[in-house]
Amino acid sequence: MKAAAVPSGSIRRRLLLSMLALAAVLSGLLYLTVRGVAARAVEATQDAVLGSAGIAIAEELRGTEDGVEIDIPYTAFSMLGAVGQDRVFYRVLIGDVTLTGYADLPLPAAPPSGLKPLFYSTTFQDETVRIAAVERAVLSDGRPVSATVLVAQTRTAAEAIAGQLANRAALLGLGVFALAALLAVVTARSVLAPVDELAEAVRRRGPQDLRPVARAVPVELAPFVTALNGFMGRLSAALSRTETFIAEAAHHIRTPLAVVRAEAEIALRQAPDDATRARMRSVIRAVDDSARSATQLLDHATVVYRTDQRTDEDLDLGELARSVTQALAPAADLKEIALDLEVGEGPLVVRGDRLLIESALRNLLDNAVKYSGPETEVRLTVAGVAGGVRVLVEDRGRGLGGSQPAALTARFRRGTNVDDIIGSGLGLTIVKEVARAQRGAFRLTDREGGGTCADLFLPAH
Amino acid sequence: MRRPVLARALRALALVLALAAPAAAFEVEEQSRFGPDDAPRTLRILSTTDTVIFAPLLERFLADQPGLAIDYVVAASTEVYAALHDEAAAFDIAVSSAMDLQMKLANDGFARVHRAPGTLALPPWARWRDQLFAFAQEPVVAILSRAGFEGLPLPRTRSDLVDLMRENPDRFRGRVGTYDPNLSGAGYLFATQDARQSDTSWRLAEVMGALQPRLYAASGDMIRDLQAGRLILATNVLGSYAVPRLPPGGDGLVLEPADYTHVLLRTALIPRTAEAPDLGAAFLDFLLSPEGQRLIAAAGLPAIDEAALVAGQHLRPIRLDPGLLVFVDPLKRRRFLDEWSAAMVRD
Repeated sequence: MKAAAVPSGSIRRRLLLSMLALAAVLSGLLYLTVRGVAARAVEATQDAVLGSAGIAIAEELRGTEDGVEIDIPYTAFSMLGAVGQDRVFYRVLIGDVTLTGYADLPLPAAPPSGLKPLFYSTTFQDETVRIAAVERAVLSDGRPVSATVLVAQTRTAAEAIAGQLANRAALLGLGVFALAALLAVVTARSVLAPVDELAEAVRRRGPQDLRPVARAVPVELAPFVTALNGFMGRLSAALSRTETFIAEAAHHIRTPLAVVRAEAEIALRQAPDDATRARMRSVIRAVDDSARSATQLLDHATVVYRTDQRTDEDLDLGELARSVTQALAPAADLKEIALDLEVGEGPLVVRGDRLLIESALRNLLDNAVKYSGPETEVRLTVAGVAGGVRVLVEDRGRGLGGSQPAALTARFRRGTNVDDIIGSGLGLTIVKEVARAQRGAFRLTDREGGGTCADLFLPAH
Repeated sequence: MRRPVLARALRALALVLALAAPAAAFEVEEQSRFGPDDAPRTLRILSTTDTVIFAPLLERFLADQPGLAIDYVVAASTEVYAALHDEAAAFDIAVSSAMDLQMKLANDGFARVHRAPGTLALPPWARWRDQLFAFAQEPVVAILSRAGFEGLPLPRTRSDLVDLMRENPDRFRGRVGTYDPNLSGAGYLFATQDARQSDTSWRLAEVMGALQPRLYAASGDMIRDLQAGRLILATNVLGSYAVPRLPPGGDGLVLEPADYTHVLLRTALIPRTAEAPDLGAAFLDFLLSPEGQRLIAAAGLPAIDEAALVAGQHLRPIRLDPGLLVFVDPLKRRRFLDEWSAAMVRD
């Protein structure tokens, strides 16, 4: 009867995916940032050495009467070896004239100003080079001239270091992502835990338990729980209205019928002639049948209702059979039918709804009594079998009369040989529905030597 | 009939010109051929190292390479540099003792990159950018004659030499010798490294300058003149030449100055202009192989050995770093040679 919810996506997956996406973006940003910072740091280191070399060379510029002289210090180039094994180029200009060095080493786009070196990257001899340009004014033959010193170095070592750092950054990014992914899984689980707990709590409730959910829930779940409680309140009210309705209906039908029957009996006793008495007897019989039919209708309604709202308990079928037999004894006595109850040995316990099973037994026995001729015997056997209990009700009535058992158990369908007996056609339907609700089995066969054999099996669990 | 003759003559002339032009440009001291004359392939080596020293190495290398011959061309280090830097001469490997010029060649993109197990096994200070490889380390020593120093305490440092020469000018006058950096690339390298290393070297140069020094272009000549008694002291002599020729117990004495002794790295590179760079690389790998290193050591060139440098505390290896480029700068070179000449050469 439970309808599984139709899932449309998963909050857990959506939560996980968005957190993983966030982690990926953050890891990527971290990688780019670290790599960028590392590349700048490496470049700054190389710039610092290049700048120092440029300044050291520029400081050896000397103005003389013949022009400008330069004595390049050994350390200026030697220190460039500290960065790595990179090619070194240089150029010293006085004004626009190259004094010494590589005459085709590119000049900066704008001349360097002040004492600070100007750094730029360019291509020289098919390699990327970093250049520091330093400008200084020197006196040449008494007149100030501008001297420019360019010191250049290829970037092989710097790029190798930057590459190593980039690899480290990538590892760092991956590590952060892995950690974030782990945290995302843990977080998703802990965030959704209250939902799972709530579902479990509601699922575990008994069928009759329609009390509002009282457990504390996170703020986000409060509207859902409030709505659920409201729904359960309405359901509870509707159910109690149904129960009340069934009880009232039984009362409203049975009470007037009882009054009619009492009045008819009085009339029967006071009837002046046989014709009136016979008419009154048939009225009484019709009222009895109507009362039975009303009871069966109510039984059926109860069975349908209980099937959805059943309360299972351990039931001793022997005891149940005894009480049902006792209840029907007066009706059987009326037709002088012997009710023979046989209860087998051992535990005859099944798990099920008392009202349902009682109703099934009562209808089986009632049917047997109803369709049996006077002075016959109806035998009720309760016996333990493998996996459950078997209830056999055998009579010497008119049998199935060629009808299919399946047709007889359909609602409001009656056999073809029972027109002289008033019935609702609901009795066997109730038995069949109880058997189904209890996951048991019900079979109706002709009994050898005449009559009917109703065979109901109920599983122990 | 006349036209083919003329054509043949013209072709011959062109051939002569083509062959003569590069040959005339840089000065070759010695040229020898090893291996069969009709060998299909020829490895061309340009070197500053005397043929006699390299011959065993070349012959061993050829023994495993049938069909290969070697042209071994010896030139001064400045000529080796000029041949490759200015004339694009086609050699498959260039070997030189002038580290600064080799460094300049590599720095200016005239060398090929070569990576092999042998080159990668070299310590980092013995290779540069996988283009320049050291295969021998040679101390730069002073040599002196025991007879010439008779009655004087044997010097241990440059300061000792300065003091001895100051106190005994008559004994040393005209009998001291050193490299002329104007003529020799190695001599220039030693003089510049001396100048960089200490002020004592300038004092030494000034004291020697006052004693009418003899100037040389090669270590071998200084050793010969010392053995002949024309010199009693020579400085900045290649130890690899001096040690085998001045046996212990003889008159000649090899002095590794205790204040500092430079260690020269003899280097090889595969020129960009090589026509058979694979042969050059094969020979380089052979040079650096255990057998090549053994043969080099047998020829008197000490093999690359980091432990020896660590153990000898007075040893100062000349490093393969960009600082070497400074003294190759023409202005710097002229300036240095002017100062050196002012100290050393007095008329």
